[in-house]
Amino acid sequence: MSAHAAVHHGPPTSFIRKHIFSLDHKVIGKQYYGLALAAVIIGMVLSWLMRIHLGWTNAAIPGLHLLSRNGAPGDVMTPEYYLQLMTMHATFMVFFVLTTAPFAAFGNFFLPLHTGAEDMPFPHFNMMSFWTTFVAFCVMVSSFFVGDGPTLGGWTQYAPLSAVGSVAGPGQGSGVVIWAISIAIFCVGQLFGALNFIPNVLDLRCKGMSMWRLPMSTWAWFITSCMGLTSFSVLMPACILLILDHVAGTSFFIPSNLVLNDQLQPHSGGSTLLWQHLFWFFGHPEVYIAIVPGMGIVTQVLVTNMRKPMLSHRTLVYSMGALAVLSYMVYGHHMFVSGMNPAASLYFSFPTLLITIPSTIIVLIWLGSLYGAKLRINSASLFALGFISLFITGGVSGFFLAQPTIQIMLHATYFVVAHFHFTMAIAAIFGIFSGTYFWFPKMWGRMMNETLGRIHFWLTFIGVYAIFMPFHYLGLAGNVRRYQAFVVDYMQPLIGVHKFITVAAIFTGLVQLIFLYNFFYSKYRGEPAPDNPWQATSLEWSTTSPPPWDNFGGRQLVVYHDPYQYGVDGAHGDYVMQDSPEQIKGAVDEP
Amino acid sequence: MAKVFAVTILLITIASAIPIFMNTWHPVPDVSAHGQAIDDQMSETMWEAGISFLASQIILAWFIWRFSGSRPGEKTRTFPGGAKGLVIAAIVLVGIEVFALGIFGVKAWAELYFTPPGPGAMPIQVQAGQFAFYFRYPGPDGSFGPIHPDKISEANQNFYGLDQDNDADSKDDIVAAEMAVPVNREIRLLMHSKDVSHSFYVPALRIHQDFVPGLDLQIHFTATKVGRYEIVCSQLCGLGHYNMKAYISVLSPEDFDAWLKKQAAFQ
Repeated sequence: MSAHAAVHHGPPTSFIRKHIFSLDHKVIGKQYYGLALAAVIIGMVLSWLMRIHLGWTNAAIPGLHLLSRNGAPGDVMTPEYYLQLMTMHATFMVFFVLTTAPFAAFGNFFLPLHTGAEDMPFPHFNMMSFWTTFVAFCVMVSSFFVGDGPTLGGWTQYAPLSAVGSVAGPGQGSGVVIWAISIAIFCVGQLFGALNFIPNVLDLRCKGMSMWRLPMSTWAWFITSCMGLTSFSVLMPACILLILDHVAGTSFFIPSNLVLNDQLQPHSGGSTLLWQHLFWFFGHPEVYIAIVPGMGIVTQVLVTNMRKPMLSHRTLVYSMGALAVLSYMVYGHHMFVSGMNPAASLYFSFPTLLITIPSTIIVLIWLGSLYGAKLRINSASLFALGFISLFITGGVSGFFLAQPTIQIMLHATYFVVAHFHFTMAIAAIFGIFSGTYFWFPKMWGRMMNETLGRIHFWLTFIGVYAIFMPFHYLGLAGNVRRYQAFVVDYMQPLIGVHKFITVAAIFTGLVQLIFLYNFFYSKYRGEPAPDNPWQATSLEWSTTSPPPWDNFGGRQLVVYHDPYQYGVDGAHGDYVMQDSPEQIKGAVDEP
Repeated sequence: MAKVFAVTILLITIASAIPIFMNTWHPVPDVSAHGQAIDDQMSETMWEAGISFLASQIILAWFIWRFSGSRPGEKTRTFPGGAKGLVIAAIVLVGIEVFALGIFGVKAWAELYFTPPGPGAMPIQVQAGQFAFYFRYPGPDGSFGPIHPDKISEANQNFYGLDQDNDADSKDDIVAAEMAVPVNREIRLLMHSKDVSHSFYVPALRIHQDFVPGLDLQIHFTATKVGRYEIVCSQLCGLGHYNMKAYISVLSPEDFDAWLKKQAAFQ
């Protein structure tokens, strides 16, 4: 631990250094937030188009032909275009929203503030992290306009469908190559990010800031960085191998004797299961890359609003660490019926069932901590509590999917769609909303409108349950996912449920306009924010809102307490800030 | 506000659980010899997951109701027993729960995958391709002729790439677009993909297995009730994925023999 973080760069002097190619972690965090906002709007509009098509398959969607003349002749979506939009929905959401917003956006802005550093250890790499991710985003968007459109293979891109080229269908030629190039670039961006986060936590903590005095969200970003480092570094070469199968005639993922369109394919010797192993070795940790930062953010928001510490912060850290370690040992549960050795399915089943233990501990610590609290209800805490409810709902469906026997019935059905949307998607989004309402004053120096925030919460909370709960029922009835229409006899009675979900999705999506209005209005016209509007304890609240370019105005920070000193008799109220030298009577303090 | 939120959580929880209790949406009824073990496992899991879901959401709602607001003069309190009790409870209760599910699950899985088919099991081959299943019966000689990938042709309706002029085993092979099996007779299903990954999902038979291009797999099952059931593809295989389906007819032994003879006449 250094006595004080070194100054890595001077104040920005030009417009470009200040706002575009900025070295300042706070600007980079906001850039990531803006990118995630753009991506989530694309992802949500795509989900609307998909949902309308699923409810009313032959309905014309006015203007859709402008997006793709071939994909939507007469504004009616073709089967292949449905799959292309579905693939892009998942890709934008998983990579450019759920990975960037909770981790890269908030993490970049607040992790150095939490450690008491003036910036990230490698600001140029940090800048490159964002701009590399931005290039990946642009490359992915370009696939809508190149060749026969984006890939239709799903975000999982199972080979050999993804590897044999355009003979496999529209978008399977240039669409897959663009997808794989974009994701490989994205991986590089995330590795640059992780290489900044980890040394920042390990080496740039200010005086007195022991590891156990780090706020929970920073612990979560630290654990997530370690996961990112080891999982994106597997996905990136996998994508390169996939590109080589397309452009260099290799056969990493293509076995011999495949016949498509009556043409024998000129490949031999590859393994289709190899892709699945490589992909899911990244894919399952990715679930936790999306959700663990949300856990950290929610914990921090709750601690502040409960006005008391969690029952045990160390237990939460250990549990999040256990999730991270186990996430690499459970990935095979995505492959129970894939043709993998059935004995391996049993091996992967046990750690998957075991992972419910740290997840349960985390939920019980949250619930137990609420006991005896003086809970403040505001937009941030409502979304944090909503996160817990959604995480519980998503968690219990994990009991089913951890078991190979039950996956015989539920694999690749809407039950799986329900499970991952509740956990890594909607719960994570609630974490992002909670973090936004909580940290907006620090990020933009103004307060968000509380009334609009609460309306946004209520309608969204009810809306997401209306959308995603019925997915469980569809799955139980055997409704297979990734179908653009339901021509199977036993699925006919389920079409009404799909229509209900579509209406709920459009309603909930429209509700997000309230958030966007509140966000942009408050950014420019909101009430000026005080330095510490929530009477919180961690270091970001010790500096101005927004903080200066060097975070603490050159102040030599010394930390005296852990960030959980709530419910105490402090000089300014029921809390004592981390850098306050005052003695706290009878306090339990992390050394 | 907090109390309204607590009630909302409670109402959503109850509304979510009602269709499960009422069994409003459920799988098609099981018609397989092995399916009961899967259904029992599902039912067991539903109870355990359901209780966890209801208990957690109710406690969340209760604590939000009870412990919100500034309550001047009152100190914050710590949960009796602290974190240690909750951690032990999680490890013991969830540990027992997952251990039990794991053990029963292993038994059901092992019966399906680790028990070889009996010697009298009837071999049938299924080939998946974009976007149809084709089924092959070995004919009176009891053996399948080899597949020649270079001879596969949808245009010539040679779906399996058979060379009936030169391969003796192929001559009596019967290829059909629909599957039929005799009731209460064990079937050994040989799974082959000609192009990309597909899946063989028959909810009524409690079977779900992916096709792996380049790797032929086997599963076995016994259908116990005469009827016509749907086979669907559940592995994204291209633009016609949603439409990749076939029927399996479970017939009496006499009807099955008649069906097979009829199919042989079409070859």
